[in-house]
Amino acid sequence: MTDLERSASAGDGHTDLDVAHPESQYPVADPGHPEHLPRLTDVDEKAADRATRQVATMFGIVPVLAIGFAVAYFALPRTMYIDFGFLHVNLQHVLLGTTAGLALLLIGIGAVQWARQLMDDHEMVDYRHSATSDAADREYVVRELQKGTEESKITRRKVLGRSLIGALAAMGIPLIVSFADLGPWPTKKRRAATIETTIWHEGVRLVNDITYVPIKASDLEIGQLVNGQPENLKELEGTEFQQARAKSSIIVVRMDPRTIRVPASRQDWQVGGILCYSKICTHVGCPISLWEQQTHHLLCPCHQSTFDLGNSGLVIFGPAARSLPQLPITTDAEGYLVARSGFTVPVGPSYFERDSRHDFKEGDN
Amino acid sequence: MGALSTLLAPQQQSSADTGTSQQVTQGKGLFAVQCASCHGLNGEGQVTSTIQGPPLAGVGAASVEFQVGTGRMPLSKSEVQAPVHAVRFSESEIAALAAYVATLGPGPAIPNPSQYDTAGVSQEDVARGGELFRTNCSACHNYEGGGGALPGGKYAPSLKGTSNVHIYEAMVTGPQQMPVFNDDVLRPEDKKAIIAYLNDLHSRPNQGGLDLGGLGPVSEGLWAWIVGIGGLVIFAVWIASKGVKAK
Repeated sequence: MTDLERSASAGDGHTDLDVAHPESQYPVADPGHPEHLPRLTDVDEKAADRATRQVATMFGIVPVLAIGFAVAYFALPRTMYIDFGFLHVNLQHVLLGTTAGLALLLIGIGAVQWARQLMDDHEMVDYRHSATSDAADREYVVRELQKGTEESKITRRKVLGRSLIGALAAMGIPLIVSFADLGPWPTKKRRAATIETTIWHEGVRLVNDITYVPIKASDLEIGQLVNGQPENLKELEGTEFQQARAKSSIIVVRMDPRTIRVPASRQDWQVGGILCYSKICTHVGCPISLWEQQTHHLLCPCHQSTFDLGNSGLVIFGPAARSLPQLPITTDAEGYLVARSGFTVPVGPSYFERDSRHDFKEGDN
Repeated sequence: MGALSTLLAPQQQSSADTGTSQQVTQGKGLFAVQCASCHGLNGEGQVTSTIQGPPLAGVGAASVEFQVGTGRMPLSKSEVQAPVHAVRFSESEIAALAAYVATLGPGPAIPNPSQYDTAGVSQEDVARGGELFRTNCSACHNYEGGGGALPGGKYAPSLKGTSNVHIYEAMVTGPQQMPVFNDDVLRPEDKKAIIAYLNDLHSRPNQGGLDLGGLGPVSEGLWAWIVGIGGLVIFAVWIASKGVKAK
């Protein structure tokens, strides 16, 4: 009798139950386990002693480390710092981490080494049995259920059961009604009033984000970048402010007009090489302001979509599918930059109903 | 760094504001020897020959003080971006070079110490500086100024340890790929608030042990995937491996 057979029929109390998947189901016969070979520690007593010493040493270091942890916790001043090369770290934190971490690691390694070298390593087979309860148990449960139904009088007084079902079903109404808060339904009219519009309109001044300092066209140098907002954002507060800001953020850049391409239809959208774009990536809506002033490329930090601001915001790399919306700008009587109109296309990421026919495409003029 | 800039500040100021003709002459001599091979004898730039350098008319004294004062210039070889090296000139030589280049065309002057000295900046201004930093700078330089990667091997350098005056100069001159943030738009008090925020941020004790450069998901991901998961894989292989057999 092999070890495997012995363990399988060792009388664990389940051998008389059905086996869930008898071997005969498999098209290829079970090759069985490889021959069991004794380990070095099984035949050589010295090797076993050595392994025992290793494990005991690892476990033996743990109390030392644990005491070290306590000493580091109480004895060290909390403001002592230590420098490892370029790292400037709190000595106590380093010691607490090292002692506790090393102690846990030693317990783990010791346990694994114990299991690998010293614990009995005979292969065992434990068959997966059918999960069904036996017939007597099943009969008992059915009998109890029937008894319970009888005692509840529900079979005789049927109105009880029916009214209960009605009550539970009615509780679905509050559930379904609260789904209305997922809305309102994005009809065409509602989209036009919300996600497809911003607070930009004709004559709104371009101002610096945070400081609201208006931007004078003559103050901008070639290579300048301004993270901006519409001046009327200042009037909003709370949720309204956040929602408006999420859509109206812009970047204003000035480039040498000789080095950029401005299509005929957008000649009057810019002021001497000063161009204004939406700051919201057309991929999934991250704010972008990583602009390389020499290449005119604007890179989105989230997924590396790259837009060419020297060429109407066309996508030159990455997952964004649409060019960055440009805001038509001009100057007012005092020389400050103002919007000529709102954005001509919806800003921000794509959504199913978005009409993308009016976005600027390669080759448009 | 702060002490260094305060120490050197009066000299820089005098060179920027009242560059004497003697200083300009000294600067011109230095320029001819050290800079002219790329930037041309009169700073007109070389854009067609094999050795290229941009024209310097109008870059201003601040640009020279930044590029030479941080050791970015002179450039030893053509690269995608000028890296920081040891500074090769003395303070007076840099001042002379800056004074000479400033005569080539009007450009940003070296800022006055009162513009970047952050002593006495209020906590409100530090907080406002943080807001401005996150709006205008963090896209490239990371939320705590740890720096970050740009396309094509270029990078936004870390701002840790950069002196106040150099941060100010970088904002007004826009070195390399960095956009310009001049004083008319990002006002001097805004710049001072940003510098104060960075100094405040970088002087805080690091209680968390290793901050992995503060680079966020890049360095943390690298650590978790390679060191963390790699270590777990090695352990799993060791646990499941068959040890030495007697036969």
